[in-house]
Amino acid sequence: MKKVGVFVCHCGTNISQTVHCEKLAEAAKTLPGVAFSTEYKYMCSDPGQTMIKEAIAEHGLDRVVVAACSPRMHETTFRKCIDSGGLNPYMLEIANIREQCSWVHSDKDKATAKAGDLVNMAVAKVLKNEQLPSSFIPVHKRALVIGGGIAGIQAALDIADTGYHVDLVEREPSIGGKMAQIDKTFPTMDCSACILTPKMVDASQHPNITIIPYSEVEKVDGYVGNFDVTIRRKASYVDSVKCTGCGLCSEKCPSKKIPSEFECNLGTRPAIYSPFPQAIPNKPVIDRENCRYFKTGKCKICARVCTADAVNFEDQDEMVQIRYGAIVVATGYTLYDHSQYGEYGYGHYKDVISGLEFERLVNASGPTMGKIKRPSDNTEPKNVVFIKCVGSRDKARGHDYCSRACCMYTAKHATMVRDKIKDSQAIIFYMDIRTPGKNYEEFYLRGVEEYGVTYVRGRVSRIYEEGEGENRKLIVQGEDTLLGKQVFVDADMVVLATAMEPQPDAAGFARKIGISYDQNNFFSEAHPKLRPVETLSAGIYLAGACQGPKDIPDTVAQAGAAAAKVVALLSKDEMETEPIVAKVDTDRCSGCGFCIPICPYKAISFTDLTERVHGSVAWGPTGKEVKRQVANVNNGLCQGCGACTVNCRAGALDLLGFTNEQILAEVDSLW
Amino acid sequence: MVNSLDPTCNTTPEPMTPGSTTPNPTPLEISAAELTVPQNTSAASAKDIASDWEPKILVFACQYCTYAGADLAGLSRLQYPTTTRVLRVPCSGRTNPQFVIRAFQKGFDGVLVAGCHPGDCHFTTGNYFTRRRYLLMTRLMEFIGLDPRRFRVCWISGSEGPKFQQVVTELTDTIRPLGPSQKLWDEGGISS
Repeated sequence: MKKVGVFVCHCGTNISQTVHCEKLAEAAKTLPGVAFSTEYKYMCSDPGQTMIKEAIAEHGLDRVVVAACSPRMHETTFRKCIDSGGLNPYMLEIANIREQCSWVHSDKDKATAKAGDLVNMAVAKVLKNEQLPSSFIPVHKRALVIGGGIAGIQAALDIADTGYHVDLVEREPSIGGKMAQIDKTFPTMDCSACILTPKMVDASQHPNITIIPYSEVEKVDGYVGNFDVTIRRKASYVDSVKCTGCGLCSEKCPSKKIPSEFECNLGTRPAIYSPFPQAIPNKPVIDRENCRYFKTGKCKICARVCTADAVNFEDQDEMVQIRYGAIVVATGYTLYDHSQYGEYGYGHYKDVISGLEFERLVNASGPTMGKIKRPSDNTEPKNVVFIKCVGSRDKARGHDYCSRACCMYTAKHATMVRDKIKDSQAIIFYMDIRTPGKNYEEFYLRGVEEYGVTYVRGRVSRIYEEGEGENRKLIVQGEDTLLGKQVFVDADMVVLATAMEPQPDAAGFARKIGISYDQNNFFSEAHPKLRPVETLSAGIYLAGACQGPKDIPDTVAQAGAAAAKVVALLSKDEMETEPIVAKVDTDRCSGCGFCIPICPYKAISFTDLTERVHGSVAWGPTGKEVKRQVANVNNGLCQGCGACTVNCRAGALDLLGFTNEQILAEVDSLW
Repeated sequence: MVNSLDPTCNTTPEPMTPGSTTPNPTPLEISAAELTVPQNTSAASAKDIASDWEPKILVFACQYCTYAGADLAGLSRLQYPTTTRVLRVPCSGRTNPQFVIRAFQKGFDGVLVAGCHPGDCHFTTGNYFTRRRYLLMTRLMEFIGLDPRRFRVCWISGSEGPKFQQVVTELTDTIRPLGPSQKLWDEGGISS
């Protein structure tokens, strides 16, 4: 005999002012299955919860309906309450008589009638509730960090410090990311390499970190606690175990004139190379596209000079599969291709460069050894013009969003020009100046006041060249909106502050590992304010600019936050999962497989079912064991959306907690 | 084609005419009259309607968006008809068309299936299935002679309390002149 207890809450006067709570509780007593009914001022308070627990014991209730506020508010509270009262926490239903009744109606009689209906629905549903067991899945205590920039390095270090093993996958030959290319960092003007390279060394020497360089994540299967990740180690043609990193091969390589990606094509590198001298791991790779041996079949000089016999031209891509409990995605950003701004002449005029190219020009380890020289003729520029918001805040050709870091790095660049070139001028064209960070505004003002950087408010309409030979100069034509007139500025070099944008393959990657992404292809966090580093896929976290444009302090902070989430997950031996999952009635399942493609979590697969067949059947002799395929739901993967239940033509699939029977009972109760 | 799946939910579907169901009206045995949905007057006269009759509406609300939107309407104290009943489902994709049919059988005058906006589904793709299923559902309703104006699919996010109020009020206003739904109504109740 099912015994339902109905508990009506007044919520102070929130409910009782529009609903006759006493009448409601009285009427509930007459409903089928209801053994007990009462009302109280605050059901969620300690006396209210005690009242529920006592009633369970006293009246032998086996299921409970609480008519109160929205289940989104206190469902968990009351589940815990009946759990400690000795019932299965899922033997509870909430009738939402506050948000969806007393607050939206004013006629007390009609509202009471509606509240009565809502209680009816809840009672009808709870009568069909089944005890749902909490299931536990084991957590594999190993984390994967995808992307070896500052975000990935920081997250890996933070996780590794707590004692869990971390694999750091990087697709380039070295970790370091964009930060390794930057010269100085605002607002402190620390040397970027001086703060990054020690972290890179820490990561490489940490006993709990394995760096997997020159590799990409191919596939992610599994679910929180148990991700099976396939990683493709790209063929580097150098045995990283044998290689000592002496660098002799790079020195002797005959193909030396290859534009260096690390130097933003301003410098060159050989075909067997390590991206920069401080690279970690400092083991070279062969660029197959440009290697003389791979192009002509002759050369092998590197193999001959290698004393460790590490060069292996037979190397192949290799797939490795590793199991992880949690994943941090820190794949970073790329820069907007400003060749779309034809009027700025990028690609056409050598002296129009991007901010990152400027970083390489001022970097002491860069192609010009830190001397600012314009690329066209290697002379020192005197007038340097900076243009902000190239691709940011421009709906027509770029992105709607603000890239956040450009105001500050342009202020830094201008300061550096004024600092390094005595009689120089630095002129910045801007739309707005955004300095939202600690000491950022002060840094910008210092540029203006101490270094005499000139700011011109307005967009640049055109850059063109005038003069020949030594007199050749760029003319920047723009509008000064504060003066309200056109300005023409002579420039020796123009630096464009290009937008940060997601990696070109971000959307595909997101689909591959099963996380969502926004309209700009940045990865989406679970909640913009309250869950900023989690994704909607449990066990996958975000760090750094792959989630949105960020500067280094924010990236490091987010990486630490992601690491804390990972550690919280890995610190458990087992994870409790919501029992609201789909369930297959194998007797009904025909094995049609229609549910398999509809599941967004790949939670349904076929499994073989062996059963003894009695009587005469069309497909085989009687009394024999017959094997057939039926659907099987993986409880760890299933998130309980119920899409499969509607698709099942045999009615074999049902969603626990929201079964067909329960929903139909609710519908039926209303008339 | 009647389209009640318009994401903006602002367009009231056109009244159905025989022509709209059969673009090329060359009925063989079926007469045009049979294809016509019972009109307001006939529907209203078939059942005694009290002067204060209000259409009863059942809302299948996904718990991540629309249910939260309905809660927000409550928090903002936005008033809507007391004849609205909200049934919580985990995802609009969980709403089996069978549930909708059952609601009409049990005497509901209107049904609303509401979920997250396309692209915003908590379960990634659930509402796309809703959209496809209920485009078909609308045609089934036309086929069995149930006025498609009584049914609507709508996207209401967790931050759209006012939209929830607007949609249920509009649906009530649309259905009121149609009178009680009788087509599938089973007075004695259908045994489950």
